[in-house]
Amino acid sequence: MSVLVYTENWDGKFKKSTFELLSYANEIAKKLNTETIGISIGNVSTDELSNLGNYGANKVLSFSDSRISSLENTVFSSIISQAAIKVGAQVIILSNNLTGKAIAPRLSVKLKAGLVSAVVALPSSVEPFEVKKKAFTGSAFANVKVNSAIKILTLSQNSYQINQSEDVAIVENFEATINNADFKTKVTDTQKTTGKIILNDAEIIVSGGRGMKGPENWGAIEELASVLGAGTACSRPVSDEGWRSHDEHVGQTGKIVAPNLYFAIGISGAVQHVAGVSGSKCIVAVNTDKDATVFEVADYGIVGDARQVLPSLIEAFKEFKAEH
Amino acid sequence: MKILVCLSNVPDTTTKVRFKDNNTSFDANGVQWIINPWDELALTRALELKEGSNGVITNVSVITVGEAFAEPTIRKALAIGADNAYRVNSIPKDAFFTAFQIAEIAKKESFDIIFAGIESSDYNGSMVGSMISEFLNISSVSSVSAVNIENNEIKVTREIPGGKEFLNVTAPLVAVVQKGIAINPRIPSMRGIMTARTKPLTVSEAVACDSLTEFVNYELPQPKGKCKMISADNVKELVQLLHNEAKVL
Ligand SMILES: Cc1cc2nc3c(=O)[nH]c(=O)nc-3n(C[C@H](O)[C@H](O)[C@H](O)COP(=O)(O)OP(=O)(O)OC[C@H]3O[C@@H](n4cnc5c(N)ncnc54)[C@H](O)[C@@H]3O)c2cc1C
Ligand SMILES: Nc1ncnc2c1ncn2[C@@H]1O[C@H](COP(=O)(O)O)[C@@H](O)[C@H]1O
Repeated sequence: MSVLVYTENWDGKFKKSTFELLSYANEIAKKLNTETIGISIGNVSTDELSNLGNYGANKVLSFSDSRISSLENTVFSSIISQAAIKVGAQVIILSNNLTGKAIAPRLSVKLKAGLVSAVVALPSSVEPFEVKKKAFTGSAFANVKVNSAIKILTLSQNSYQINQSEDVAIVENFEATINNADFKTKVTDTQKTTGKIILNDAEIIVSGGRGMKGPENWGAIEELASVLGAGTACSRPVSDEGWRSHDEHVGQTGKIVAPNLYFAIGISGAVQHVAGVSGSKCIVAVNTDKDATVFEVADYGIVGDARQVLPSLIEAFKEFKAEH
Repeated sequence: MKILVCLSNVPDTTTKVRFKDNNTSFDANGVQWIINPWDELALTRALELKEGSNGVITNVSVITVGEAFAEPTIRKALAIGADNAYRVNSIPKDAFFTAFQIAEIAKKESFDIIFAGIESSDYNGSMVGSMISEFLNISSVSSVSAVNIENNEIKVTREIPGGKEFLNVTAPLVAVVQKGIAINPRIPSMRGIMTARTKPLTVSEAVACDSLTEFVNYELPQPKGKCKMISADNVKELVQLLHNEAKVL
């Protein structure tokens, strides 16, 4: 018996979201009186793997194979399901990120295991198994009961606090059978935007809306972001107008982000925008209109013209950074 | 080549979400139902592919697992340009059940590309598309932002954190689509609305299948504490609050 976590790596390194998963999984494992096991796919150093013990993994199974160079959903779900069977997983946990969304459903069918996605909290009970998830694009939560023997959860990013210890995990090589015939997709080219902070990883995001009036005014957004080490984002009309690139668009139809701190500058706070940012820990809004709906979801608000407020914010944060 | 587009029938995205029966079910009173926005874009792309295929793509079909009240959504898809439709006459009990029903139809019809959206705007599962691929034992690509067919090869663009990957995929496959797959959804033309009435809509009953999960009840988010307003002349106060009170700096 165990709780199994898919510990995804990026070029051989683990990230904060992986640590959140393990901390979360470990808490469930305690409730079930069992251990937490990670399954890693790809080349990762033994040090990096055993460090997962710091976040709650008792053991990590490591699978690598030269045929794997990119995400092949058929193959990844097959490896994880073989690991799940081997360790008798009662609960399998993945991140609710692009990879988790791509493979958890396949895993669910393979193992006939009920899947709950976008989970935001620990199960309220394990017998029966009931857990809370996001629904209606952030406007509500649902409590979902899982009736199958094996349960699969994908955990929303930034919804669980990392617990850290000095423990290290036992690392074992894992043998799984994968067939050449399962490789049906071939990556012919990759395009990476370099030098920019990836929004899903950003702790702070500075986001601009139509109230910024035009792309020529984005210098101040970028400067504030650079002072704070933040990523930059925008509302949908801003990317539709071509003021900013599409990968900055957040909201229901763009990226879902959940940073510690989100600045909404010249953004009205439409429900579809808020759907993509409501998981943020703290929201600061700057808007000329004191009645803008964005102030209903913000923690801190400034009524004022972005063109004047941004320069003074940049100054103030620069001062703060110089002192801290 | 044949394409299938999965359609989920969802409340209009501006719906004020309410629950009834002691918060155990969604209050559909007065709700406007629409094609899930991703599915509408997928349908748009499927039709563009068909039109640009020189007859290689012969058919774009749509499918919904839902009761009769989902039919206006299906008719709209036919009016937009789909050739025919399937409806499995059942409540979509959960994603596992729903995907199983769609896979059962797909087994008989052998589609080359099956499109599904990244998530339904109501239950936000992000499950049905990839589950169908597993039931059919075919490949799947998720986070798809473009699909093209060149010399009978299917070329797919997949979004990854901080970039894109370009893939060649052999059919059959399930493409789970997101932003970028089409820019604007097509709207039905007058002629489309007229011809939609005569296009084939096949209704079948569900095949027995367990559902593995059930929605027990719902909650609305805790109303946020009141927003603290700070004077534009005193942004230093904001910096201090973010540091000392919110502890996010
Ligand atoms: C199906 C659907 C999906 C959608 N998905 C998304 C999505 O994913 N993301 C998204 O963002 N939107 C989405 N939208 C659009 C959404 O409804 C809003 O139209 C959009 O978010 C508004 O963008 P905005 O706040 O930048 O612009 P506006 O609504 O025009 O707001 C501009 C704001 O700036 C303020 N302002 C003006 N001048 C200044 C100034 N000088 N300084 C400071 N403030 C100023 C104004 O008071 C106003 O509040 C979607 C819509 C639909 C129908
Ligand atoms: N009842 C349904 N009938 C047909 N397709 C569906 C249904 N539910 C979901 N889908 C498809 O699966 C996608 C993802 O839905 P979900 O897994 O519910 O978030 C949707 O965008 C549709 O393409």
